[in-house]
Amino acid sequence: METEFLQSLPRLLAYASMVIGSAFIVIGGIGVLRMPEIFTRMHASSVTETTGSLFVLAGLMILSGFTLATVKLFAISLFLLFTSPVSTYALVNTALIAGQKPVVVKDSTGGVSA
Amino acid sequence: MSFLFFFTLSFVLISAVLAVHARDLFVSTIWLSVFSLMMATNFFILDAADVAITEAAVGAGVSTVLFLSALALTGEKESGKRVYRLLPSAALFTLALVLIIVSLEHPRLGDPSAPVHQHIAPWYLSETPVLIDIPNVVTAVLASFRGYDTLGETLVVFTAGIGVLSVLGFRPKRKVVVTAAQVSRRTVRIRDHLILRVVGKLLIPVIMLFALVVQFHGEYSPGGGFSAGALFASAVMLYGILEGADRSIKAMPQLIMLRLAALGASIYIFVGIFGILLGSNFLDYSVFSSDPVAGQQLGILLIEFGVGLTVASVLVMVFNAFAGRDTY
Repeated sequence: METEFLQSLPRLLAYASMVIGSAFIVIGGIGVLRMPEIFTRMHASSVTETTGSLFVLAGLMILSGFTLATVKLFAISLFLLFTSPVSTYALVNTALIAGQKPVVVKDSTGGVSA
Repeated sequence: MSFLFFFTLSFVLISAVLAVHARDLFVSTIWLSVFSLMMATNFFILDAADVAITEAAVGAGVSTVLFLSALALTGEKESGKRVYRLLPSAALFTLALVLIIVSLEHPRLGDPSAPVHQHIAPWYLSETPVLIDIPNVVTAVLASFRGYDTLGETLVVFTAGIGVLSVLGFRPKRKVVVTAAQVSRRTVRIRDHLILRVVGKLLIPVIMLFALVVQFHGEYSPGGGFSAGALFASAVMLYGILEGADRSIKAMPQLIMLRLAALGASIYIFVGIFGILLGSNFLDYSVFSSDPVAGQQLGILLIEFGVGLTVASVLVMVFNAFAGRDTY
């Protein structure tokens, strides 16, 4: 019973990781649809492309074990880790330079939130 | 698989409609890029990995950059009013209807008894291990069995590059007088993208290395001269976007690119003529070595190198021709 559980542990871990990643992707998608302006929208979409895809890739890596596919998946995740935040940054920075302003809302206590 | 295929195919349709519908040409370009990416996914689902790599590199990557650099020259709003004429619409509708009706007669997707799988494909599949002995049958067909077609394609790419150059001009003809305000705007723009430049520069060697893998591993894995050339050119384009086209032209001068493109096509032709000189047919590589199989492999490697050289230098040339025109 216990060894069986230990054997299936990597698979469970992989599935859990992929479900978490998919959840992040769904959350990011909802955020892009519901957020009011580009800065918060990009904040939501950056969740999709970093955390979401990395969790899914990590799950796939656990599933494929010690094979060449794992090395390729690792290379892809490294590539995503470098490019996704930078592309998000570049897009938002360009929006700022082009004159987009974040929407600022004053709440009832007088505090300011984006 | 069929669900995934249906999903990506409908996304292809949606992005195509949106690309036509968009009035903003910038938006239209992005939709075209999405279209190509979905098309590449489609090809991959259909097990056409070679085509998928080329479509992703050329369609989603290089042509998007070329469209954007063209938009920088022309402006990004569609000019003129849209008129909907009855007769062309009716003609197109009829044509679409005919095509749809004809497509109903098609054999089912992936049906092994379909005529296209009965004609010559079984011969390729059974003879490639014997005659050429490389795992990637696509490369064998493209580079050896149908070498004439690929020679034609390479010459078409070369001619297209010459055509673009003759329209856009070889180099910026005059020095444009730039005001101080424009210069400061430009420097602000570049300085603000410091992170983009640092990380982008980090990626350029990796992309070039991947292009070389696709080029020289094309006999064993998906890839070959066309996709490798597009990947290599996209690395140079990244450099041109990050550092300015003047520096990418300086690094890869137009005149040298033009000669490299001609050299690539010439390598292909001379490999073919070499076959004649050794007493066989044009583009028959079997005579290059005492072992016909090794000769075939050598010939494929050489002509793929020629194709890659031509495609890479033509694309770099076209990008430089677009981006090198002053748009201050």
